[in-house]
Amino acid sequence: MASELVPLIETTGLTMRFGGVVAVDQVYFRLEESELRCLIGPNGAGKSTFFKCLTGQHRASAGTVKFRGHDITGAATHEIARLGVGIKTQIPNVFNGLDVRENIRLAAARGGKTRSQIERIVKDVLDRVGIGKLARSTVAKLAHGQRQLVELAIVLAGEPQVILLDEPAAGMTNEETERTAAIIKEINRTTALIVVEHDMQFVKMIARKVTVFHQGAILLEAPMAEVLANPTVRDIYLGRRIAA
Amino acid sequence: MMERSDLLATAAAVLVGLVLMFGLPLYADPFQVMQLTLYVVLAIFALSLAFVWGVGGILCFGQGAFFGLGGYAFAIAAINFGDTTGACALALLVPALAAAALGYFMFYGRLNDVYLGVVTMVFSLIIWKLINSTAGPEWHIGAARLGGFNGIPSIPPLNVPGRPSDQLDPLQIFQLALGLLIAVYVVMKILKSSHYGRVAIAVRENETRAALLGYDVRFVKLLVFTFGGMIAGMAGGLYATYQAFIDPNVFSLEMSAKVLIWVMAGGLSTFLGPIVACIGLQYVALYLAENTVVNSQVVLGGILCVLVLALPSGIIPALQDLAHWSIGRIRIAFRARSEVALQDGAA
Amino acid sequence: MFSLVVMIEVLRAAAGLVLISTGLMIIFGMMRVINIAHGEFLMLGGYTVVMAGKAGVNPWLAMLVLAPLVVGLFGVLVERLFIRFFYGRMIDTLLATWGLSLFLMGMVTVLFGNTVTGVSVSLGSVDVGGLRVSGYSFFLIAVAAIILIATYLVLRHTKLGLVARGTMQNPGMAAALKINPSVVYMATFGIGSALTGLAGALLAPITGVVPTMGVAFVAQAFITVIAGGPAIITGTISAAGLLGSVSQLTTFATTPVVGDVALLFVAVVLLRILPNGITGKFFRRSI
Repeated sequence: MASELVPLIETTGLTMRFGGVVAVDQVYFRLEESELRCLIGPNGAGKSTFFKCLTGQHRASAGTVKFRGHDITGAATHEIARLGVGIKTQIPNVFNGLDVRENIRLAAARGGKTRSQIERIVKDVLDRVGIGKLARSTVAKLAHGQRQLVELAIVLAGEPQVILLDEPAAGMTNEETERTAAIIKEINRTTALIVVEHDMQFVKMIARKVTVFHQGAILLEAPMAEVLANPTVRDIYLGRRIAA
Repeated sequence: MMERSDLLATAAAVLVGLVLMFGLPLYADPFQVMQLTLYVVLAIFALSLAFVWGVGGILCFGQGAFFGLGGYAFAIAAINFGDTTGACALALLVPALAAAALGYFMFYGRLNDVYLGVVTMVFSLIIWKLINSTAGPEWHIGAARLGGFNGIPSIPPLNVPGRPSDQLDPLQIFQLALGLLIAVYVVMKILKSSHYGRVAIAVRENETRAALLGYDVRFVKLLVFTFGGMIAGMAGGLYATYQAFIDPNVFSLEMSAKVLIWVMAGGLSTFLGPIVACIGLQYVALYLAENTVVNSQVVLGGILCVLVLALPSGIIPALQDLAHWSIGRIRIAFRARSEVALQDGAA
Repeated sequence: MFSLVVMIEVLRAAAGLVLISTGLMIIFGMMRVINIAHGEFLMLGGYTVVMAGKAGVNPWLAMLVLAPLVVGLFGVLVERLFIRFFYGRMIDTLLATWGLSLFLMGMVTVLFGNTVTGVSVSLGSVDVGGLRVSGYSFFLIAVAAIILIATYLVLRHTKLGLVARGTMQNPGMAAALKINPSVVYMATFGIGSALTGLAGALLAPITGVVPTMGVAFVAQAFITVIAGGPAIITGTISAAGLLGSVSQLTTFATTPVVGDVALLFVAVVLLRILPNGITGKFFRRSI
């Protein structure tokens, strides 16, 4: 039944090579509407590279990426963003010299909305992410965790149809991490998300279905509980060699 | 839109400009007014780079190319048409097209930072070398000889559009130049705080994030660069008609260097700064040349070095800081005074 | 035989570019400092030779020893007193070195006047299949080659070179290893200046010495450095080789003006295809 619905994001045999290194190896991946998927795996497993193939920051060496059946392989980042893909990068990409409100306004203003619509979105997002107090602060002066929240707000302000987050909880305080988890769960009521994460505590807070990457390929795709219980997953995190 | 204090400052500047525009021809020495015309024209040139660099974040080492193309386009057209109306249009169009072509080449080729600076410098240099070598009579466009390193003389003065015999006198040219400077200033202020201007600033701040928001970064930069080229061309055309002469030195590194210095000294974050710095530094150079035996390059170089050491953000931002600091001190003093008054009153 | 002469002239053009660019490559390539006064450092090398000549010093000694020494020390002075305050701030470095450039040109004009002074050294000319090639051309090619080889050896095989490369990549780490980054910067800038002074001195007999002599070379030097890309030796060689060939061959086919323009044009096209310079794509791991 599910296979009749067009998946939100689908990759077929996605491969990314850098010289002789195969960072992403023939990955077949599906994300359904309103799904929340976590991508985990040890360092160098290929999660972030896979992520960048989805966002257009890398041009895949082979294979395809589709967004609602629409082929976006090799498309430019801004084109992918215009299709409704909201992206938060591993290293926060925000407008450092501008204040928080302007950052969010720029995200909201794309696509020719009226002034009142934009103002509404900005206010809405500031409340949802809980950074209203920071609205007039210059982003460069904020702490790392706060900047991550600002970037989350920027992504939301674009009113995306799917949200890709690369390490949203990195460098956050416990309070900020919990807040982010709550925001993500709230977002997921209407929008699908892919979350790449290292912080297993954070992953436990939000995860439903989890995709485990290892050496550029998908090792396992299963509900969180199953993944946590799986001995092979534990082994790859501990760096033990696993049976082929 | 603009913040209130910014709006007030802009209005004040425009007012000053208008007063000078109508007042100076009536009360000032005509020779001084003519001298000022040149500096006003160059200030428009400075604004073109202030926009491209300050708003767009594009460090162009060859802005002189568009200035020169505007001047040469005007000269050649005016000599051929006998009427400066079409020449004015070409002074805007030719540099704009050149900037669009070069911009497309650079931005769609993902050229950035220093590499972009070098390409723009080389662009200007190529034109300089080419035009420099066109001295022979075989080099001409219609009735206008390119003149090579000799330049093009006898460029007609501006005439009222459609009436070739009705030419502007020097005081009128001054008013036109200053009027255009004010207009360009206002337009740029408006653009900067418009949505498009803010998008350009966003692209300057973080190209990746701007692209991730869906903005086509290459196109944004192309628009900014083309607009800057057009304004530089406007200045070039005015320059050509004012001097009645133009030579390839407009394409030289020195020209592009000067405009960069004016913008840097005036402060990248403002438009008023580069105007003030351009006119100010020109007067300084003139004064030095006329009144002292000291080599002007030594003094200019020395001033620059001191400026960078002491005022790293430029003159106008330093003055802005000074203004803010002064206002802050005045507020504190005022508050202290009124507190004392209250206590006295309560006692 | 004509083609042999052409090759020699191409090598000479490339050698010229190598000479004016190596110092800049070291300063810009390693320290990311854009020294707009680069042309004036070349000019100072020329004037050192002129002054030494007036003092009766042997011109070869002046060119090969005195010029690099004087300009190198001057570079160290400038770095310590001025340039080092602007590290990491590109625009300020631009403005500051511009001021320095104007100041130096003005100073030299005041001290020596505006006229061109000649420097005469003669190495005679060599007969190549009925055509005369200036002996000086061979000399330039030889010196350029020696400089490249020496720089390569220092960077690759000496402690100084290793320390320099390490500091440029990670000054914090160098400091942790008890290496003072500012000493390394000072030495690097000094050596880059010395090489530039040498280049100016060597080119003086060809171009004549005048306060503005550096202006003609600045653009070409920057273009060669940028087109070369991040690798110091291979970048300089490949860029100088390519641009020198293009300019010289085009000059032979047409005129020197077109040759100059061709060099610029090729550089622009090159940067469009390889936005990070030649060694941004090829020979990546080389020095």
